[in-house]
Amino acid sequence: MGVKITPGTKHESGIITTKIDEVLRWGRKNSLWPLPFGTACCAIEFMGAVSSPFDISRFGAEIVRFSPRQSDLMLVAGTINYKIGPILRRIYDQMCEPKYVISMGACACSGGFYDNYAAIQGIDQIVPVDVFIPGCPPRPDAIFSAIVKLQEKIDKEPQLKLRHLKREHGES
Amino acid sequence: MENLDSILNALKEMHTGAVEAVDDSFGDTVVTIAKPHLLDALTLLKKQGFDLLLDIAGVDNLKRESRERFEIVYMLYSVATDMRLRVKAHVPEDDLNLPSVTGLWRSANWGEREAYDMFGFNFEGHPNLTRILCHHEFVGHALRKDYPTLKGQWSTGPSDLTPDLDRDK
Repeated sequence: MGVKITPGTKHESGIITTKIDEVLRWGRKNSLWPLPFGTACCAIEFMGAVSSPFDISRFGAEIVRFSPRQSDLMLVAGTINYKIGPILRRIYDQMCEPKYVISMGACACSGGFYDNYAAIQGIDQIVPVDVFIPGCPPRPDAIFSAIVKLQEKIDKEPQLKLRHLKREHGES
Repeated sequence: MENLDSILNALKEMHTGAVEAVDDSFGDTVVTIAKPHLLDALTLLKKQGFDLLLDIAGVDNLKRESRERFEIVYMLYSVATDMRLRVKAHVPEDDLNLPSVTGLWRSANWGEREAYDMFGFNFEGHPNLTRILCHHEFVGHALRKDYPTLKGQWSTGPSDLTPDLDRDK
């Protein structure tokens, strides 16, 4: 999966040959910096996933940033209502490309059991979502599963082409 | 501080007809005050030692035709004597004006904003009577019985929470 330098081979000279796309892919998928957009109890579960008993750093996503300018994975954990919807969109817009969104838990995915005047019925109405996690709240294992799914997705994407350009041209 | 009976007597002596009813609800005393005397009654109760306003609630009696459309309920508590009192007033649909009690209890500030947001009561004298839970572009009042429960309303952007600090404008 990674780029290895084995002692005793010609790689010891510090030169390896690969493709730019491969290197970007390798780097991006193994160093996702999450921005937790936590509004409810799912955020507490995310804290559990980051903590040492579960240890999200096994997947390279342990550097939690609370600034959209320093992160590339938005993890929406909790109920999103009509009042905070525009704020979510603004923070998403402030993130640099390439950026990914994981919708964590029933509320973020579909409104959960909140079907009323206040709760948005799924954040995919505001931002594009890469992976949905079911559960109320999902266990840390489910979060890791979503991160692995996202890594698989990144692994299939051409990296030199910006994602937002793809979206504008309607390519999948 | 005196006991609850003498406080209720003081309320009754304040204005004739000010106290419309005294009921018991799950162990708490509920006193219904005529709306014009509401501020006087609450001022008196504050003086009598009810130093904590726990909550302000609204009630919509849309389908109970024997009553006025709305009710407002103040939950009062006395820290020193551990006494609770619920003060209620009937509010007709065509006159939603109510006196603000922010001058008596500072907790009334947000409580009244919530009651305004959800039911549309107009608290006269409130320093900042704006919506507190729904967003600023919300139309209607969500806890009224004739508001469609599932009707969400999109907002175009967050409201200005700190207008004094906003240097862009």
